[in-house]
Parts: sequence; structure tokens; C-alpha cells
Amino acid sequence: MGTNIETTVKHVIEKYQRNKTRLLDIVRDVQSELGCVSDETIIKIAKELNLSKVDVEGVVTFYHFFSKTPVGKYAVYLNNNPTAYLMGRAAVAKAFEEEIGISFGQTTSDGQIGLFDTSCIGMNDQEPAAIINDVIFTNLTPDKVKALVKDMKNGLSAQDMVKESGEGNNQNELIKAMVKNNIQRKGPVYFTDQEAGIGLKKALSMKPEEVIEEIKKSNLRGRGGAGFPTGMKWEFCRQAEGDRKFMICNADEGEPGTFKDRVLLTEKPEMLFEGMAIGGYAVGAENGVLYLRAEYMYMKNYLENVLKTLREKNILGKNAGGKDGFNFDITIQMGAGAYVCGEESALIESAEGKRGEPRNRPPFPVQKGFMDLPTSVNNVETYCSATRIIVEGGDWFKKMGTAQSSGTKVLSVSGDCKKPGIYEVEFGTTVQTLLEMVEGRTAKAVQVGGPSGKCIGKKDFGKRICYDELATGGSMMIFGPDRDLLDIVHNFMEFFVEESCGWCVPCRAGNVLLLNKLETIMAGKGTDKDLTELESWCKIVKSMSRCGLGQTSPNPIESTLQNFREIYEAKVQKDSDYVPSFDLAEAVKASCKAAGRIPNLGEH
Amino acid sequence: MSDIKFTIDGKECSAKSGQTIVEAAKDNGVYIPTLCHFDGLKPAGTCRICTVKVGGRNMAACTTPVTNGMVVENKTPELEDARKAIIEMLFVEGNHMCPTCEKSGNCELQALGYRYLMMVPRFPFLFPKRAVDASSPKLYIDKNRCVQCLRCVRGVTSADGRKVFGLVMRGGHAQISMDNELVAQLSDAEALKAMELCPVGAILRKEVGYAVPIGKRKYDTMPIGSDIEK
Repeated sequence: MGTNIETTVKHVIEKYQRNKTRLLDIVRDVQSELGCVSDETIIKIAKELNLSKVDVEGVVTFYHFFSKTPVGKYAVYLNNNPTAYLMGRAAVAKAFEEEIGISFGQTTSDGQIGLFDTSCIGMNDQEPAAIINDVIFTNLTPDKVKALVKDMKNGLSAQDMVKESGEGNNQNELIKAMVKNNIQRKGPVYFTDQEAGIGLKKALSMKPEEVIEEIKKSNLRGRGGAGFPTGMKWEFCRQAEGDRKFMICNADEGEPGTFKDRVLLTEKPEMLFEGMAIGGYAVGAENGVLYLRAEYMYMKNYLENVLKTLREKNILGKNAGGKDGFNFDITIQMGAGAYVCGEESALIESAEGKRGEPRNRPPFPVQKGFMDLPTSVNNVETYCSATRIIVEGGDWFKKMGTAQSSGTKVLSVSGDCKKPGIYEVEFGTTVQTLLEMVEGRTAKAVQVGGPSGKCIGKKDFGKRICYDELATGGSMMIFGPDRDLLDIVHNFMEFFVEESCGWCVPCRAGNVLLLNKLETIMAGKGTDKDLTELESWCKIVKSMSRCGLGQTSPNPIESTLQNFREIYEAKVQKDSDYVPSFDLAEAVKASCKAAGRIPNLGEH
Repeated sequence: MSDIKFTIDGKECSAKSGQTIVEAAKDNGVYIPTLCHFDGLKPAGTCRICTVKVGGRNMAACTTPVTNGMVVENKTPELEDARKAIIEMLFVEGNHMCPTCEKSGNCELQALGYRYLMMVPRFPFLFPKRAVDASSPKLYIDKNRCVQCLRCVRGVTSADGRKVFGLVMRGGHAQISMDNELVAQLSDAEALKAMELCPVGAILRKEVGYAVPIGKRKYDTMPIGSDIEK
């Protein structure tokens, strides 16, 4: 075993030219060879790269898909998003446990199958869904689980276990995934058949400053959720001094309930890569990096092939787009399972092979980003928008949407509705209109923008989807009249506790304290005072946390306390201001029985 | 060269270009509470106790450079309460038994607890199970007391620049870990420096201790921050 570790580590590290910034790739490859990254392996990797053991251990233990203990020849990751539960996740989970004979978090004693929970994998419109060895399995049922476990026991490869075919490019030889696109509504921006390269060609006929002007004119704002004006970001990046500059695409679509980037990535990758090249030309960057979440590993070969084709067409590579001296190319960096890496500076840290911890700012990534060089990080949908804006013009784009939020938005709709999937709608569309489109009229609540967004009730369904009213990066989860919202809030808080990076105190400790308090209330042991405290603790965590994660993580509690206070009121004990969490009678039961005494609790 | 003018709670202050709000405040005799900050180390912004309000927004004073005309709010009741809440979070997040701790009287967390008149934390204790790592010959880490300020991570490196301490795991499970091989190579002086960097009693030198009598400890007579406010 020892020599096996040594040979594997040496071989993998050589493959990545002993480059420390490729630590995520190194750890992934080593794990896929050895089944885990043990302490012995960690020390070996550290030695070979001349790093400290804690550097490597820090990375291995930070990312969800890395493990110090064996994950099994087949590593099954079952999504535990609330939508998965709405679609029958509990029965599917039970079937996995019974068929394999282990509980979640365990690996079979023969090392064959490991079973794990995982946060949203971007398949919310086809839940319950799981990832087995990077292969996606959707719309699972207990019967399908039985067949899968049988296949695993018979030694089939995960790819050979796929019995259904997907839609669109998911059918491509290089993907062969059973993933459905469910594009329910196409709009004028993203799902058009635009010839690859015409946007870049047009951009290259303009001056870089003119490209930025056009983007500014369109009023395009970041599609990941934060809504920072894209033209301004590119301008700052252009003005920043640096020998080299980077265009990074944030394809770490981790907000639970979002899957629109997944569809854009497989169906419109040319539009995305072209947008990155346009941005590269505008800011003066020659290197593009697509940071792709680990859950989307299944599309990597396909995307690599698209890049290859674009190079062959001279849209990327040396003299890209036929422009002398503009050498722009794109590489793909895989993530390893960390929601916080959706935060741009955490993403950059991760792309440099480190723990995905957000950076302090200033400096901002546009000044000092990837490798400390000026970097513009933009969302998948943002780059696609830029390509279309250059072709059709900023005015065309600005005509759509609202004054503050121009253009259209691709929404990922899931939950209690008849037509879940992808909807491209104009900004300004009300939630009510959307509910009619998706046939989810019975909704009692809509989670707008994922857990970090807001949970709204009927009284707010008339509000518009846009940055200044109801902001969303795309996630729209619909909950019908029979759903227990407290269960959903609880699921979201567990998610944030799991995904906090642990750097700053209010997020690291505060979310645990909020979750515990919520559980006290859900168990019927809360009082009115607990509700008041819950509210004030939410404010502390939000106002004192370092990055967007902690600044929004109390939102599930805060927005339901605001919009559905009655569900909390129904759980708390109205006539009491203190409910003991400690049950004295229960605690002394065993000893009293042993001693043959009857406890007299009235005296205490 | 004092080229920057700014105010803290209305008090006119001046600063040198490149100074953070915490550094500039100190030079102007204004105490902004800190815990993870340590003079000479790159600011990390882990504890958030130094949070101040600038232009209506909360920001960590230890990582934010001061700029000309900046209006800083420091001692507002809202900020003071949130700072106290963080101190309380740290007390409930770990297992802090002050009376038996060698750092008692010299501990910055304890001193902040006194300064902020903390009686009983508003949060319930989490009583985590944490390990004591005494495998190194010179030092031991008591993770029960660790506040994850990352001072040791930032301040202690091997001769060839490698990290001796580092953060592992994430979220509530995040904790400090050490490279045992590199720790073993630390000189006595470096080991002592690691202990002095630690604001609490999480990193301690082996074979020495309780040398300073009660009454002569750092915070026995004056609260933390009073040296700045003099």
C-alpha cells in the first residue's frame, strides 16, 4: 500500500508539472486512484510539493468531494435539497440504505459502495437525483434504486448504468447523460441560434473601450445574483495595472434550486466562451478560466471538445477571431464541492489550489485577483448576455426589462408546479405571472433566489422579479399548500452550517446557534422570547459576517419570521416564558428504577 | 506624514497613507476592540470584533484602509452589543474554563469579556468535544480554548517559509491543525513566540507555566485597551 501511495502521488504530481496551484486536480486524481486521501497520502503530497502538511490537509478537508476515508468504488451522492424531498427523496434514500445495507455517511465493509448526502446538484427539476462516480441519475424511484444497486453489485461502470437518454447535447457521445433540459420558455436573448463567432468578430472590429461602452449602455448586471454592473467591472479591470489579466467564468452554480447555468453550459457553450473572449478583448486579458462545479464533471469532456472546435475555427487561440495579436484561450478548472466558492474571491482562491475561503477586500479581484493579477469574474449567463448584446446592441437589450434591471433572466423553476424547468422571462415579470406560466397556482410560498434569498407568501406574489424588488440569481422554488415550511427552513439552515467556510466567528458559530434555536422551537420547547431572540441573532450574524454567505444565511429564518410568523407562533408555548430543555423526571428515571424509589419532583 | 484626515465618533483624527482603521485609531488614542489582530501580522478579519460602520456599512476596521474624509462610527450601542455578542459566541463555541487556564489574566478573550461586562452569554453553550494535541515536544494545543484567530497560522512559519499551523475542515468543524514535523523543528524562542501570538490559552509551551503571579498579570489592574486610551 505504501509504495502504491508513493507511486500514485509521484505520477499524479508529475502529470501536473509539480504545480502547487493545481492542488485540487492533484487531490482529485489521487483520490480517484486510491479511493481516499489518507493522512499518509497527505504527508506524501505535501513532501512532493514542498508544502506543509496542513496546507494539503486543509484542502482535502475543505471540499465536500474529497475524503480522508474510503468513499467506495462507487461513491453515491444523493441530493438533499428540499425539492428532492418534495419529489420523494425519503423513500429513495431508504431504498439506497436497504439495498446497499449501510446508512448515509458509510462505506460498505468490502469498500465497494459509499453512500453520502450532498447539497443541491443542479437537477432540481428532475429530483430525486444522485451522482455516482461523476455520472448523473435523475428522477429516481425506489425501483430504479434497486436496479442501480444491483448494477453496482454486478460491477457495471457508472456510465453503463444509465438506461435513459437525456435531451439536447446531453445525448452527445461525450456526455451521454440522462439529464433533461426542460426548456419551457425561450426568450429573445439566450436560446437563439446565433452563429458562433459573429459576436466576437463584431467586438474585434470595435475598440476595447467601445465594447465596454456598449455593455455599459445595455445596463447589463451580473446574473449570478449580486447584480454588479458588468460594464463597470470590465472597465475597472481594464484600468487596473497588471502584466497579465484574467477572465474567469463562475460556473459554480451552487445556490440550491439553481440549474439554469447547467442548461446554458451544455446547450450554449459557444455563446458563453465567445462572451469570455469578448470580455478578454475588452479588458485586455488573454487567459480565460471556466471554474466548473464538481457536480458538473459529467459535461467536462464535452466542453473541452467545444473549446477544441472553437480553436479549430480560430475563434479561440492565437490571433483569436482573426485579430492579429489577440491570443485568447480558455482552460477549465474543476471545483470540488463547496458552495462558498460561488463567492468570487473564494472561487479565485480555489482556482489557485487552496481552500475556498473568501478574501478580505480591498483589494478587489479586478485589481488583484487570480495569481494577484487583475481578474474579472462573471457568471455563465452574464457572458452569454454580453455576446448577444454585442451582436444586437446595448439599446436592444435595454428595451427589455425594467429601468434598473434590463434584459431577460433565465429562471430555474422547481418544486410544486406542473412544469418545472427553465424559463427565460423579462425582468419585471411578477411572481404571480410566473406561477401561472409554470402551473403552480396553488403555491403558498415561493423561495426567490434560493436559501440566501427570500421566502415570500401570497401577499407578495404581485411583486416583480428584478434586482430592486425580488432579486434572484435564478432559483425559484415553489412550495404547495401542504408543505411544512419549518422543515424547509431547517434544511436550509443545515445547508449553511455545512457550507460556512469557518473563517469568521459570526458565520461559523452564529449559524450553528440559529439552527439549534430553530430546533428548540420546532420541538415545541420555545417561547415568545425565543422568537425575539431568533430575530435579533439573525441581525447580528447578517451584519457582522465577512462575506455574502454569512450576510445572507439567516434569510430563511428571517424571511419566514416576517412572512409566515404564524408557523412559529403555533410552535411556541404562549403562556410561559421559560421551557426547560432538561427533563428532570426523564433523567432520574433509570436510577429511580434501579433504587426502587419513586421520584418526588414536586419538591424541586 | 499625516496626510489623511478622518473622524471616529466625531473626533478629528489623522492617519498615514496605507494605515488600516485599527492602526490609525490606535495612533489617535481611540480604542477599537480587536482579537485576531496582531501588530505586524497580515490582517485576517476572522473575529469581526473590530467591526465599525463607515458610510452606513459595517466593515472590519483591521482590514479596511483608512481614507481621507472617512467618517467612522465606533462606539454606537448597536456595534457594542454586536461585538459583545461575538465575544459571547466565542465563549459558547469552545470550552473556556478560565480559573484553571494558564493564560488567565493574560488572555485577550477573557479581558474582552470583562471590558464588555459579559455576565452570562446570551447563547446556550455548545460544549463541543475538542482534542488536546500534545504530540509535539515543545508545544501543546488545547483546541477547547482556540478562537481560530489564525494568528499562529499567519505568524509562525518554518525556515523555508512553510506553514507550521493551518486551518482544516470547514464551518463549525473548522479547527487549527499543526504540521508535527515542522513544529518539532521550532527553536525554543519560536515556540515561545507561537505561545505569545495566541490570544488565549490554546497554544502553550510545555514544561513551563504559571510563572506570573496573580496581581502581576497583563490585565489584572487595567482593562484591555486602556493603554491605547491613555
